[in-house]
Amino acid sequence: MSRLQTLFARKPSQVLNVYCTAGFPGRDDTLSVMQSLQAHGADIIELGIPYSDPLADGPVIQQSNAVALHNGMSIPLMFEQLQHLRPAIRLPVILMGYLNPVLQFGFERFCAAAAQAGVDGLILPDLPEYEFEHHYGPVIRGQGLDFSFLVTPETTEARIRQLDQLSSGFLYAVSSSSTTGGEKDMQPVAAYLERLRSYRLRNPVLVGFGIKDRSGFVSACQQADGAIIGSAYIKSLEAGPDIASATRRFLESILT
Amino acid sequence: MTPSFQQPDSRGYFGRFGGAFIPEMLHRNVAELQGRYLEITQETAFCAEFDSLLRDYVGRPTPLFYARRLSEQVGSQIWLKREDLCHTGAHKINNTIGQVLLAERLGRRRIIAETGAGQHGVATATVCALKGLECIVYMGEKDIARQAPNVARMRMLGARVVPATSGSRTLKDATNEAIRDWINHPEDTHYIIGSVVGPHPYPDMVARFQSIISLETRHQLLAATGQELPTHVVACVGGGSNAAGAYYHFLEEPSVAIVAVEAAGLGVASGQTAATTQLGRPGILHGSMSLLMQTDDGQVVEPHSISAGLDYPGIGPMHAHLFESGRGTFVSATDEEALAAAFSLARLEGIIPALETAHAFAVLPRLGLTTADTVVVCLSGRGDKDLAAYMQAMDNDMLTPNPSLP
Repeated sequence: MSRLQTLFARKPSQVLNVYCTAGFPGRDDTLSVMQSLQAHGADIIELGIPYSDPLADGPVIQQSNAVALHNGMSIPLMFEQLQHLRPAIRLPVILMGYLNPVLQFGFERFCAAAAQAGVDGLILPDLPEYEFEHHYGPVIRGQGLDFSFLVTPETTEARIRQLDQLSSGFLYAVSSSSTTGGEKDMQPVAAYLERLRSYRLRNPVLVGFGIKDRSGFVSACQQADGAIIGSAYIKSLEAGPDIASATRRFLESILT
Repeated sequence: MTPSFQQPDSRGYFGRFGGAFIPEMLHRNVAELQGRYLEITQETAFCAEFDSLLRDYVGRPTPLFYARRLSEQVGSQIWLKREDLCHTGAHKINNTIGQVLLAERLGRRRIIAETGAGQHGVATATVCALKGLECIVYMGEKDIARQAPNVARMRMLGARVVPATSGSRTLKDATNEAIRDWINHPEDTHYIIGSVVGPHPYPDMVARFQSIISLETRHQLLAATGQELPTHVVACVGGGSNAAGAYYHFLEEPSVAIVAVEAAGLGVASGQTAATTQLGRPGILHGSMSLLMQTDDGQVVEPHSISAGLDYPGIGPMHAHLFESGRGTFVSATDEEALAAAFSLARLEGIIPALETAHAFAVLPRLGLTTADTVVVCLSGRGDKDLAAYMQAMDNDMLTPNPSLP
């Protein structure tokens, strides 16, 4: 069983996936941020690969990407930092990034390096399902990596089922059609998540985009298997005072 | 559909360039466009309204003008396709008319656009006023500063101009912000992309709307010379919409040389340039695979050109395919060469071109043209919006009183 499967078998609800940006806040902070997340109660770590043009992200994550790039972050450096990912980090780790930097690094080389480092899965929001099926999916699977597609309230049932079939690990439910970190009403989200639940999908469903506090987390977890938090955590890291205390305070505020 | 230089395959690929690399949040809207753009734009009623607006509102057909003094100077026969005479001063409105009619038929009441030089923003604000639609234009903060007259025009036309403050604060970043807006407003919004870039079907759709340029050119050249085909078609290329339109009906005619002029900025090797085909590698930007100026790590490079409309690190996938296949000849002109060419055209023909357009004129002396050649240059826009740059050039004593002509 993959680490993600093991996690969801052990913990079928209230799974907390926290996003952080590689090379943020400082270039060499990647692993300490991940260690803090592990120490204070995160279940999955989604590590963002910084990109100059992160289209699906709102201002907070864009800014963290810009800072990381300014710090000199790159994919080769990230894999260097991840050399000691295991066994220090026991949690499932997902890499989230945009396709272009991955293509320039070399798609096969990227997947091999990720698997080698002990990474569990990938999220590439601008990799569409057609390209996945015809070019990239077999490479990802060949390295034993999971892949999560996004679905939104606008995605049709047929397409949700198709993306669920292509995904493994978990399915990423975008809470509303928006970029990350937006201010959205959670009310219509409940109906959408209820609809997803009624489909009895083969993958667990994690809800992301716009979840920033305990009440958002709790309400997301009522209909889904867990939630993904990104922008709110990045803001906490920015506020400081240091990675360990910012992370502890943030996760306490979400989990208790 | 047979893939060709003109048209992509059913997945939007021109050779290996194109496609639709979009996040799921855009899927419904993009899939709707992919599924319906051909059907809608080929409806009789759509064509009738498009044609009548192009004629009575835009002022088409635009003239094909024989540039006598310029021809003598260059030693060739040079014809100018006068897109600068379109309503709003550039070819951009051919596309915005088409897309606003499409948006209406899709029931969209809120229109967003990106703009570089402001010509596409003005053309979008114009058609939104004409149709009574809400209009929001994203524009790089840097471009807002250097294209003030167009910002004022958009506001007067009722559009909201939103500054893009991230990255290089130019066209690329304005496009990012427009795409983010679309992600956040999927229900009621149509995004009018201004160039032959973006996810399929935009490159093909915009090229089709702009193809009126070459369609008219063929008829006009035949009427004027008895020959339907020129030997060369020359156009400037940023994203490449005027070029796509100027080339379109000549692309499958192997005897016609296709010449694309990119902005070299301070020079191709200067690090301050927008010459995408010279420096770019295949990559993905704004939803399609094309040639892209980027670092070894795949981060998009901030381009430079004196002309805001060419200040873009990518190029439409159709043009990337023309470049890679060798069908098109790609050359470039620097900021300075473009400025000199603008002054030269003004004094030879009494036409002040846009800075973007001036790049196309700058390379004419370098193409090895002879008096036997018939050259069509797409005069894509007029230069009123660039007067600040031209005034600065005159202050710097760049070209007085007798310019060194091309």
